[in-house]
Amino acid sequence: MFFASAEFQTVFAALNTGFVRTLKLFFITLAGAIPLGLVISFGSMSRFPPLRWLTRLVIWAVRGTPLVLQIIALYYVPPLMKLFSWGSGESGRFTAVAVAFVLNYACYFSEIYRGGIQGVPAGQQEAGLVLGMTRRQIFFQVTLLQMIKRIVPPMSNEIITLVKDTSLARVIALQEIIWMGESFLKGNQGYAGLVWPLFFTAVYYLAFSGLTTILLNRLEKKLEFFR
Amino acid sequence: MALLEVHQIEKHFGATQVLKDVSFELEQGQALAIIGSSGSGKTTLLRCLNFLETPDQGTIKVAGETLFDAEIPAARSEAAIRKKRLHFGLVFQSFNLFPQYTALENVTLAGKLLAKERADYKAGKKQILAEIEAQGRELLAQMGLSDREKHYPHQLSGGQQQRVAIARALALRPDILCFDEPTSALDPELTGEVLRVIRALADQRTTMVIVTHEMAFARDVADQVIFMDGGLIVEQGPARAVIEHPREDRTRQFLSRYAKN
Repeated sequence: MFFASAEFQTVFAALNTGFVRTLKLFFITLAGAIPLGLVISFGSMSRFPPLRWLTRLVIWAVRGTPLVLQIIALYYVPPLMKLFSWGSGESGRFTAVAVAFVLNYACYFSEIYRGGIQGVPAGQQEAGLVLGMTRRQIFFQVTLLQMIKRIVPPMSNEIITLVKDTSLARVIALQEIIWMGESFLKGNQGYAGLVWPLFFTAVYYLAFSGLTTILLNRLEKKLEFFR
Repeated sequence: MALLEVHQIEKHFGATQVLKDVSFELEQGQALAIIGSSGSGKTTLLRCLNFLETPDQGTIKVAGETLFDAEIPAARSEAAIRKKRLHFGLVFQSFNLFPQYTALENVTLAGKLLAKERADYKAGKKQILAEIEAQGRELLAQMGLSDREKHYPHQLSGGQQQRVAIARALALRPDILCFDEPTSALDPELTGEVLRVIRALADQRTTMVIVTHEMAFARDVADQVIFMDGGLIVEQGPARAVIEHPREDRTRQFLSRYAKN
């Protein structure tokens, strides 16, 4: 039985290790980019023009260049310019990659948020103002949930893209799941020339994006109590 | 002394002047109807009263207190405006209920948030919130919506939604309740139920400013009528007199279009 073989066990263990790193990057990116995106979206809608322009410039630069380039730049440029170093080895690489992912995804999220917030009719804000609510109260009590309802479908898209984008981290040798799969092609733990581990990684991605889809659909259903 | 004194309000949107030297007074317990064709400035006037627009010139006084004076820019800050606008309530043409809250929650939300600013909030939280809830229920009952407390806006008809919106505006006990074409988004069938509610409020001597296209309603329910055209008050006076015997040609012209229907 193949699944009981030493080859499968070795590869399986290595892929699991890689996938844990993938998941770690995934969750850290979400945890950082979801709130940071909100801050950026406020900047891009600011009533103070210089802040608005600066924020939109940053969003343009981040969305207009490949993530892979941002990872490389963020990892290599600060040490080259002697600004700071990310620290050595795996943890340093991971920190640099995580920062790049959070910044990149926060910019994408911010545009989704902006669409969501601007999609809430102006009358909602006016109703809140007339009732003596502060802008903060209006945002948290009135706008936020309506915005969340609007952004679930586009956010689902981004989140599923994020699961797969984590594989870009291998450009600076972060050993995520694709790296691990590929290693058995190049040679790892006595195995070389194995093609199947690389393709087998798809099972992980499919399972995870399937789960994510189910959870997000559930959230969408939950928000169906209002229109 | 009049409860509401509006003095020489001017408002521009870019180069277009939408309000020109608008002045009027309203006594406590009276209902004022503002009529005029679309674009005459009536909605903008109402929005100025509720601080959704800032007039370029003029003053607004309620019970002798100056709420707005274009000469005093400091009074335009958001914090300064927030409390002042509570003198007014506003019912919108498109209801603008909060979709994620039930009818009762829509009515009580602002009151509950304002209660947090009370000094005795922490000590008497339970009782304060219970009072707000009870008052909200009472208002919905007054609107004939006792059986709709737990309904979300999308589960209500347009007429019901507008009645919830009226209860919501009344919940903060404004001195003056404003209506911006409250029945324009409703079928003729549903218009009646909303007008009945407003009429009942007039019978209870609620001070109201009503922008409306319902001429018969304005004539029968309002005490005063203002006819606006091109940002100007063309004619104002007792409701029956203005609508049945207008003095100005422009008013006559406007009203004749309604008479034909």
